[in-house]
Amino acid sequence: MGDPGASEITVSAEALSRNFGPLAAVREVSFQLKRGEVLGFLGPNGAGKTTTMQMLTGNLAPSSGGVTICGVDLLEQPVQAKARIGYLPETPPLYRELSVDEYLQLAAKLHRIDRPRRAQAVAEAKRRCGLADVGPRLIGTLSKGYQQRVGIAQAIVHEPDVVILDEPTIGLDPNQMREIRQLIREIGGSRSVILSTHILPEVETVCDRVQIMHQGGMVYSDTIAALKRFHGGVTIEIGLRAPPAPERLAEITGVLAVERASETVFRIQRDPERDPTDALVEQAVAGRWGLYRLAPAQTSLEDVFVKLTRGEDEA
Amino acid sequence: MIGTIAAKELKALFASPLAWVTLGLLQAVLAWLFLARLDAFLAVQPRLAQLANPPGITELIVAPMFGTAALVLLMAAPMLSMRLFADERRNQTLTLLMSAPLTMRQIVLGKFLGLTAFLWIIVAACVLLALSLLAGGNLDYGLLAANCAGLALLCAAYAALGLFISSLTSHLVVAAIGTLAALLGSWLIGINVAERDAPLTLLSLARHFESFNKGVIDSADVVWFALFIATFLALAVRRLDRDRLFG
Repeated sequence: MGDPGASEITVSAEALSRNFGPLAAVREVSFQLKRGEVLGFLGPNGAGKTTTMQMLTGNLAPSSGGVTICGVDLLEQPVQAKARIGYLPETPPLYRELSVDEYLQLAAKLHRIDRPRRAQAVAEAKRRCGLADVGPRLIGTLSKGYQQRVGIAQAIVHEPDVVILDEPTIGLDPNQMREIRQLIREIGGSRSVILSTHILPEVETVCDRVQIMHQGGMVYSDTIAALKRFHGGVTIEIGLRAPPAPERLAEITGVLAVERASETVFRIQRDPERDPTDALVEQAVAGRWGLYRLAPAQTSLEDVFVKLTRGEDEA
Repeated sequence: MIGTIAAKELKALFASPLAWVTLGLLQAVLAWLFLARLDAFLAVQPRLAQLANPPGITELIVAPMFGTAALVLLMAAPMLSMRLFADERRNQTLTLLMSAPLTMRQIVLGKFLGLTAFLWIIVAACVLLALSLLAGGNLDYGLLAANCAGLALLCAAYAALGLFISSLTSHLVVAAIGTLAALLGSWLIGINVAERDAPLTLLSLARHFESFNKGVIDSADVVWFALFIATFLALAVRRLDRDRLFG
């Protein structure tokens, strides 16, 4: 976590657990989040992401463990703690019969924004979420993408320290997704954001840190930068039309392991210190292996995700 | 904060046709009853004049109208109260309130006051009907005030019970029928019991409204209504807290 005190800790979860009857939906999840960080929750369906988020926002009481928001205990002083959180649940809590303006006014009022600042807060939230043109329209008549944006506007209208978004880009078209990701990065600049998603590239582009949940537990937690450094640089994908025996590849200096991905494609684990790329190309030309593709493996996070969440099922 | 939620409830009611239809229909029914009573009064008026101490128009028209209004509202209240929590559950909008810096008590009280304020609009309409009699006679203001207070308390009791039952389910119809059954049951136990002081009648809404209808504001009845309302609101708070605790 770096040196303590470098930046303020906004969310701190300690050994959060939640049981539904005999089922342990979330088991002993602990983490901390600093101001200005965007944290991505990844995991297959039913991994406990939503349950964890509900506990972080005070919608669900944990069976054991605690949550502190900016130093305020969520369980002991829920009102003070909730004032610092903005939450967009999986289904945006929209009143379809209200207009966008009325709804955001209500959200601002519920979060105790006093009258003089309210109009400005609503205007600002609308501007950031691209809702400036639809203020007077009824929420029920808006498209899914706009409704999702109203949901996000609702979560940031009171400028909370912590913004928690449960699958914020679900149901959006690619353009809208880009806009929303841009917005999340923007919010993450000055506040803390936690978001859950199934979309792996989203985590890689938006988040500073990623946590993978599986069967209620936290199975992976690291920064995206570390993840990229670790996995991005060490796997090479090579395509050869006339491949030699894999042992020939393994003999090349700097190659640690060779895995045959398909008939002509190999995945090579390389030594981080010695880059075997030059040697690979030379050998390929000399041996007429028919080299047609050579690239660092891209899907680093996906690898980790699949390894962590599927491997355990098979075990 | 309680006011904000109450205002939101009223706004939601008036944003839907339900509120307007209810207000319009109830007003038509009450006006009909009122006119029928007035007709009957005019028919017997000559004979009343021969009595030494004849009952006035307030006793013969206003009090019975309030008595019927109490029953009509008993039918209408469940239709309005069913939305309070069941609808928010169904649309998953309760999260907005639960995530806001509010206590469960504030949420419940706000919703209760919002619905009660709406029902009081109907009570006010009844009072206006009664006041229209001033055009041709004098009113017994004490009796009118007692009836008005009684009906207002009764409406608040309907709202509290309806709110509690609405917090139990996410099905609107179940909430409406459950509330109607509970209210009717509580009304009937007062009527069908032979002994007037049987312990069961303690639970009867009708019995406690009766004295107001006769013009008596009994503090025991006022306290009874207050307890009735407080009990069901407290139960609703408990029920919603359970949601949070046990999922």
